[in-house]
Amino acid sequence: MSRQSLAKAHQKIQELSWEPQYHEPYMKYGTDYTFRKAAKKDPLKQVLRSYFPMQEEKDNRVYGASDGAIRGNMFRQVQERWLEWQKLFLSIIPLPEISAARSMPMLFQAVPNPELHNGQAIQMIDEVRHSTIQQNLKRLYMNNYIDPAGFNNTLRNFHSDYCGTIGRQFAEGFITGDAITAASIYLTIVAETAFTNTLFVAMPGEAAANGDYLLPTVFHSVQSDESRHISNGYATLLMALSDEDNRQLLERDLRYAWWNNHRVVDAAIGTFIEYGTKDRRKDRESYAEMWRRWIYDDYYRAYLLPLEKYGLVIPHDLIEESWNQIWNKGYVHEVAQFFATGWVANYWRIDSMTDEDFEWFEYKYPGWYDRYGKWWENYNRLSRPNGHHAIVAEDVDYVYPHRCWTCMVPCLVREDMVVDKVDGQWRTYCHEACRWTDAVAFRPTYEGRDTPNMGKLVGHREWETLYHGWNWADVIQDMGFVRDDGKTLTAQPHLDLDPKKMWTLDHMRRMPHVASPNVILNEMSDSEREAFVADYNAQGPAGRPAGSTS
Amino acid sequence: MTTTENSARSVPKPTFTDAEAGAKEFPDSGPSARRYNYYKPAKRKQTHYEDVTVEVQPDPRHYLTQGWIYGFADGSRGYPLDWTKLKAWGVDNPEPERGPGSGGKPVQDWPAHGWHEFRDPNEEWELTMFRYNANVERQIGQNVENARNAKAFDQWTQNWVRFVERHVGAWMHIEHIFGLYIFAACNRSGPTNMHNTAMAVNSEHKIRFAQDLALYNLTLTEEIEGFDGAAHLDAWNNDAEWQGVRKVAEALTAVDDDWGEMIFGTNIVFEPLLGELFRSNLVQQAAPGNGDYVTPTVMGAGEYDFAQRDLRWTQACMGLLTQDKEFADHNKQIMQGWLSHWVPQCLDAARQLQPLWSQPDAKPPRFEDSLDRAKNRFAGILSDLGLDAPKELSQ
Repeated sequence: MSRQSLAKAHQKIQELSWEPQYHEPYMKYGTDYTFRKAAKKDPLKQVLRSYFPMQEEKDNRVYGASDGAIRGNMFRQVQERWLEWQKLFLSIIPLPEISAARSMPMLFQAVPNPELHNGQAIQMIDEVRHSTIQQNLKRLYMNNYIDPAGFNNTLRNFHSDYCGTIGRQFAEGFITGDAITAASIYLTIVAETAFTNTLFVAMPGEAAANGDYLLPTVFHSVQSDESRHISNGYATLLMALSDEDNRQLLERDLRYAWWNNHRVVDAAIGTFIEYGTKDRRKDRESYAEMWRRWIYDDYYRAYLLPLEKYGLVIPHDLIEESWNQIWNKGYVHEVAQFFATGWVANYWRIDSMTDEDFEWFEYKYPGWYDRYGKWWENYNRLSRPNGHHAIVAEDVDYVYPHRCWTCMVPCLVREDMVVDKVDGQWRTYCHEACRWTDAVAFRPTYEGRDTPNMGKLVGHREWETLYHGWNWADVIQDMGFVRDDGKTLTAQPHLDLDPKKMWTLDHMRRMPHVASPNVILNEMSDSEREAFVADYNAQGPAGRPAGSTS
Repeated sequence: MTTTENSARSVPKPTFTDAEAGAKEFPDSGPSARRYNYYKPAKRKQTHYEDVTVEVQPDPRHYLTQGWIYGFADGSRGYPLDWTKLKAWGVDNPEPERGPGSGGKPVQDWPAHGWHEFRDPNEEWELTMFRYNANVERQIGQNVENARNAKAFDQWTQNWVRFVERHVGAWMHIEHIFGLYIFAACNRSGPTNMHNTAMAVNSEHKIRFAQDLALYNLTLTEEIEGFDGAAHLDAWNNDAEWQGVRKVAEALTAVDDDWGEMIFGTNIVFEPLLGELFRSNLVQQAAPGNGDYVTPTVMGAGEYDFAQRDLRWTQACMGLLTQDKEFADHNKQIMQGWLSHWVPQCLDAARQLQPLWSQPDAKPPRFEDSLDRAKNRFAGILSDLGLDAPKELSQ
């Protein structure tokens, strides 16, 4: 085929656009949004003739770098503290990626503009790429990194672990419920446009600083596709905005999507970047600084704000509140502390923090040591089995938190926790915005308007419920987080691989049983529950009991 | 000349950590721990393809202990197994019931049901799909470029020019509709990641082939004086010969909530009876006699996609179901019903295409011979699947 200009070639393939003459396609996925047919242009302008060779070339670079990393003995320089957290991250991320591929046909049906469907189909192909290239990266880590445990049973772990379930919102949220809420607003407008910056740009930078240049190789290649997907979302958003009736739904969905992304992504990526690194140069950006740059300035100020003039109601209050959570309320630190508290229920090893780490945290987040320093010293003290329990069962001035029914991250900023009786069950929420998401947004009516296509929050959303009354050793065995000797735990609260220093099921067997906070909450009388809420709201920071002076 | 260092430069310092495989011995440090251990491979050794696809899409009957966490308004969740009438063994067994104190109830004997036994025989994942499609694009580009340089299009008769501009051009629309509104559309519906990835890759083939035909059409517009680059739209929208094919293609996109029927109707019925009839038994046969050695290379790339790859995964998928240890009879009955529904429509559409066989100056084999060949091929596919050729096939 002659080398026609891309513009000419793209113009030509528009002749493929299909207007059904005899049968309309089956509409499987509904939306409460309305779209008028509009001559919106395909923002991607991709022609497969050039797309496939371009992707092949990108692949060649990625796989060439992978070979180079192995031949160059990259793993002699990789920080274990960093790579352990990849056992969590890389167990989660292939599902969101493939879910994004699955979500694209939901848009074909919801958005009546054949020209946009081309861009959505390209995105589908990209997402298949991302999911499988990430599974492959994890396989490479499993084969070459010192400790394959946690990588080798990765997807079983992800499917049965509470952290995996939190991450799964960033997948199921793309493919279930109202097609536009899921595949457009939650996925492309918020997750991809805002939060992939921290996922796929900020995090790889930290990986490189920890001796891992494969993660940047793969994820920067992935991010070069994401920038195209952002254009897809923008085109659909402009179409949605052109119909006044959609604005109420857009406002609802932006609030839900923003807050949920903040709760989930900032919890995970913030922890990886702040607590998974050994790079403590004072001039390297903290997660808060990155967030301010990538999300607040680049997304909120440069992308969202200009859309206000088209009638988009922007959740300014929630964006400011997210910053408040990160900067003033220690959201990321609270999450990292909780991950480390519950290390026994996970499938990766979590390193202690050292004096160098303390100094960095204090420099970047003044007041950090007073809040969290003592607890991390306790974590270090209790990291090797020596006649004591794992930290979750020891008295270290930490109250085990209740879980948020909506985002499933525990209610860690204690003063913000709210309770509500929804669908006949008392539920705890980490913040009023999460209560609103469950009790108000994900319902068949919204502010008096029928929303019959809106999805539902379902499932066993509190992990502890399943193991209420179980012995910890049985819990860990049931989840499969045990190494091939049949007794040593996959997870450890330190990086020492000396078998004598590693925790086993025998240590777990001596601990008190698991108790579900939600089961207990629902057994309380009204007065007990009121007292519980008052006490909970008075707890913290760093999970300290109410009234604690330490 | 001396080199001055910027003293303010701050970079992370490499550290020797010795975190490579084999550096220490501890539980899980051996070679046997270095494989994904949460699924059973189809053959003795697990493949690279399996490692990057199997179990990525969760299943509450396997390890999804907290269950799906988002539901549709009608209560359905995740990837419901009843989004097709086809069934695989084990699907009627109840999902593990989980609740307070139940534990996770992970699968004891993987897989929990027969859908998980499917593997794409093409073993497609990102590395293979980009290599394959990029190679096809390069080869087509070189073929057409060579023909352009050799002034090969000058040898075409006027009738053949008209044939290519209208009818070869019209075929691009079929590929496009199938690519987007059958295969991409169904990639949200399949019960496992292996099914949905195979459908996504099938979709890529179709969309690519549609664009190949469109861009070939553009080249011909530039190279052949009087070649009408818009004639394919007129043929597609108005020619009586094309309306039957269009009607069936559109009907396949309108199948009522059953991804299995969409895929079966398209790759098992439509493609052999109409796709190969037109591509292989008309265009490929007629082109050489009319001085055209280029169109068959473009058309042949698409034909290879179907004959060697897309049909292959579909047969593997459907073949498991017709031999299913629990639901073989159920599935065969469903598929026979689909055959009775789609075969007459495809044959009717094929007969509407018949006038095309007489349009080129150098005639291809007779329409009836071409159709017989397509029917024989189709009957062979059904036989491989253990299905009976429907009585409508002999009409």
